[in-house]
Amino acid sequence: MSGGGGPSLMDSLFQRTLDDLIKGIRLHLPGAPQSSFISKSLDEIRREIKSTDLQTKSTALQKLTYLHSLHGIDMSWAAFHAVELTSSPSFLHKKTGYLAASLSFRPSTDVLLLLTNQLRKDLSSTNQHEVSLALECLSVICTPDFARDLTPDIFVLLTSSKSFIRKKSIACLLMVFSQYPDAVRVCFKRLVENLESGDSAQTLAATVSVFCELASKEPRSYLPLAPEFYRILVESRNNWVLIKVLKIFAQLAKLEPRLAKKVVEPICDHIKRSEAKSLVFECVRTIVSSFHEYEFAVKLAVAKIREFLLDSDLNLRYLGLQGLLLVAPNHLWAVLENKEVVIKSLSDVDRNIKLEALRLVMSMVSDDNVVEICRVLIGYALKSDPEFCNEILRSILSTCSRNVYEIIIDFDWYVSLLAEMARIPHCQNGEEIEYQLIDIGMRVKDVRPELVRVGRGLLIDPALLGNPFIHRILSAAAWVSGEYVQFSRNPFEIMEALLQPRTNLLPPSIRSVYIHSTFKVLSFCLHSFLFPKKEVNSLLSDNDIEPGFTYSESEQEFTETDQATSSSAFQKRDTFTQESIDNVLTLVITSLTPLVENHDVEIQERVRNVLGLAQLAQKDISSHHDQKEKMVDKMDLKVSIIIRLINDALSEDFGPIPFNAQERVPIPDGLVLEENLSKLDSICADVPLPKSESFSLLKPINLPTDGDSISNQHNEEESETSAAESMSLLAEHRKKHGLFYLSSNDNKNASSSFPPANDPSQRDNDMEDLVKLTEESLVLKRKPNLSRPRPVVVKLDEGDRLPIIVKKTDENDDLISGAVRDVLLGNETSLHSNNPSGRRKGKTSSKDKVENSETSNSSKRRSKHRNHGNNVDKKEEISEKSKQKSGGRHRARRRADGDIDVAVQKPVIPDFLL
Amino acid sequence: MGIRFVLMVNKQGQTRLAQYYEYLTLEERRTLEGEIVRKCLARNEQQCSFVEHRTYKIVYRRYASLFFLVGVDNEENELAILEFIHLLVETMDRHFGNVCELDIMFHLEKAHFMLEEMVMNGCVVETSKANILAPIQLMDKTS
Repeated sequence: MSGGGGPSLMDSLFQRTLDDLIKGIRLHLPGAPQSSFISKSLDEIRREIKSTDLQTKSTALQKLTYLHSLHGIDMSWAAFHAVELTSSPSFLHKKTGYLAASLSFRPSTDVLLLLTNQLRKDLSSTNQHEVSLALECLSVICTPDFARDLTPDIFVLLTSSKSFIRKKSIACLLMVFSQYPDAVRVCFKRLVENLESGDSAQTLAATVSVFCELASKEPRSYLPLAPEFYRILVESRNNWVLIKVLKIFAQLAKLEPRLAKKVVEPICDHIKRSEAKSLVFECVRTIVSSFHEYEFAVKLAVAKIREFLLDSDLNLRYLGLQGLLLVAPNHLWAVLENKEVVIKSLSDVDRNIKLEALRLVMSMVSDDNVVEICRVLIGYALKSDPEFCNEILRSILSTCSRNVYEIIIDFDWYVSLLAEMARIPHCQNGEEIEYQLIDIGMRVKDVRPELVRVGRGLLIDPALLGNPFIHRILSAAAWVSGEYVQFSRNPFEIMEALLQPRTNLLPPSIRSVYIHSTFKVLSFCLHSFLFPKKEVNSLLSDNDIEPGFTYSESEQEFTETDQATSSSAFQKRDTFTQESIDNVLTLVITSLTPLVENHDVEIQERVRNVLGLAQLAQKDISSHHDQKEKMVDKMDLKVSIIIRLINDALSEDFGPIPFNAQERVPIPDGLVLEENLSKLDSICADVPLPKSESFSLLKPINLPTDGDSISNQHNEEESETSAAESMSLLAEHRKKHGLFYLSSNDNKNASSSFPPANDPSQRDNDMEDLVKLTEESLVLKRKPNLSRPRPVVVKLDEGDRLPIIVKKTDENDDLISGAVRDVLLGNETSLHSNNPSGRRKGKTSSKDKVENSETSNSSKRRSKHRNHGNNVDKKEEISEKSKQKSGGRHRARRRADGDIDVAVQKPVIPDFLL
Repeated sequence: MGIRFVLMVNKQGQTRLAQYYEYLTLEERRTLEGEIVRKCLARNEQQCSFVEHRTYKIVYRRYASLFFLVGVDNEENELAILEFIHLLVETMDRHFGNVCELDIMFHLEKAHFMLEEMVMNGCVVETSKANILAPIQLMDKTS
């Protein structure tokens, strides 16, 4: 109460123990009561932990560690106290301190370096349990600094007479190597010795584990050790060790085929002999992934897999399926042999097993059976729970679209499959289906009639509009129906579908796609009505009306063939009668007029475009009709000229756009992309912003974001429709805030260096460059009974969908394996290359530190032999004996090492093959 | 690295022991544990013991009211990890005598100590129960 020592005495007398804390937490209900109890306890801990009494401090830290690890309480503030406790003479306190450190320290903890000396002290302690504490802590919190400073101590422990210590120091090495690759040069030799001696089962397990981890990162360096691993594989009876050795061989065998021949026999022996399923499975996995060219071994492995598949244990069945998945790429027969089991697993109760089965089924897919497999899978999808149903759909979509629809021959079938998917009640893959529908439309010309038919089916079904998950698909259907309307059997029907009342259920962004499609359909109808087929050709060649538009010869042909196809779609040309056109115009005007006031700017703009055209056409055509003049005169109408212009603009084909198109657009001069746009708010304050993410016919990635092709096209449409009176809102907007649009000059700059995908003048070259006909695959293994050839699929040279990222190997791994190779190859060449001290010139300072710390440390053991030249490795000492022992020695050695480096650079890998 | 973390979680989803062999922040740990618990505890006895989650494969086994969950990387042998879990439980059983959730709660330090004897750097280094328990028994004797 009175004295300064009071609080700490009170604290230690009445301190809550860890048990009290745990009981307290259990007494309080989870939620507010519990967290208030915890924060109260935390306050106590904060006070207690400052106590000078180590017991009090230790208990406080224990409690804090408990709260940290099970209740997620931050304890970084107590790091110093943890360090303090590690230096306690009491083992229990030390243990508490180390546990707290290993559970809560992070590389950025600031008191980390304070621990170095304590770790060193404990690593060289005579009490093996103290050593073990330090090693365990180090294996968790090791940083490059720790690794560099403590490598010499660990090096000593590697030859400890106690296997208890040796195994832990070996296991600790893994962390040290990864933090400080230079340690490899010091310790690797002793690691190998531990592998070779094999005097203790304990150390062997640790050593093999370390090699397994190292080899998994960069196996090549460990090839010289193959004989040792082989010996273990044959002699060891410890399943843990065998599993690790098998993993190492799985890596090594890929690099050295001769090795595989030698190893495959003992592995098969293990399969036949072993009782342990884990070992058997590892053997199977090793064979099917790395030794798949050995027929007898694979047969044996597949037989085991079959046993697993038929087992009653679910875990084995799961692993059996995984095993099959590994066999599949090289030995499809194994999958086909077990087809029934796989298909049956699709309806297993366990979702994981179903997923594995699904992956397997997908691995069986080829262009021959894709139709059949998809049919089966869709059947399963209909029966499954929503989650798995979507999983199935997703894998069908991704498998079929792989490598630009490589396995699809019959695109008509695939397109109708996509539509079928849309109708599956749980379908949530709208976005992907939308993308593929449009993508196929752009890439595969032959499929467009079917695409339009499928799109029609989706559009005319009013029930589908109620399902928000497939709105995206409807958007694709609407776009397709508008873009390729010339293939439609009945454009009027599509018009009705696009304008049906339930479209008000669609979000604005998709509704505007609908409306834009209306525009395309309407202009097509008017065009067909005003220019019946015979006049089409003459009209197209009649270029003098619009000198700005010059089509190249091939382009013209292209359009003509399009027209020809379309005319075949229309057996009855006379569908476009005066009456039907009148009806369409009335329909358009009555359905869209209410939308003129729509709050979404995108819808509003498009509606005005359509209405402008429709009203003009109505006026012209009906007055013309009243006068009962002849058909030929239709051409003179104002609307005819406009329609022809619009139709020309719309008849351009969209092509696929490379993924990296955006990157290739140079940033125009004077455009600062990072400029602060704060002024935008004040400017836009009076403009209602569209709620949706503006217009997107395609996935954003597919938009030609440079704005060239599409905005040009829009501009044309705009100027034309505005001629037809209605001034579009966007144009107004542009006028008002012209400052935020790129000037036309900039646009030209951009297009001069990057040919837009749809530029008609570039089309010819682009087609030659970009279009890759899949002739190869047509020649390769087409079945003769195929009713028709695979249609042409447009592919881009580069950047179709996501670019593949090349995985870089970790720099550290390179350093480690480099060092390992030096040490191992040095083994067989000369003692010099065994030199454990850092060789790379850039690291001299750190190297010196190692040596210095080593010096101070070893001084205890060899106090009489105190000498600056006293160095890490005994071998070095031997090799150094004859040399001078002055401080300048290092530099000379380093130079000598440099020479050896050159010699070692192209290592001759000796024949390690047993 | 073979084993990436070891978790013990009760039926209510409360963590009873958490040991990570790679550094994650408290926040990351909490979300990871939440996700895993939600995923694994929803599964029933008729489902297999392996769950893929993020880049981990989680091998788990339920003993009475406690779930033992071990996160490994994809290379690891699942059956061996199941054996490891069983060994861990047997070891605790031998030490505590019919181990239960409360034993682990009230002796968290010991549980960590056992785990440290068995696993270092994510590698299983010791599989003999006697060897694992020797230091703890010594400690109990002296204290």
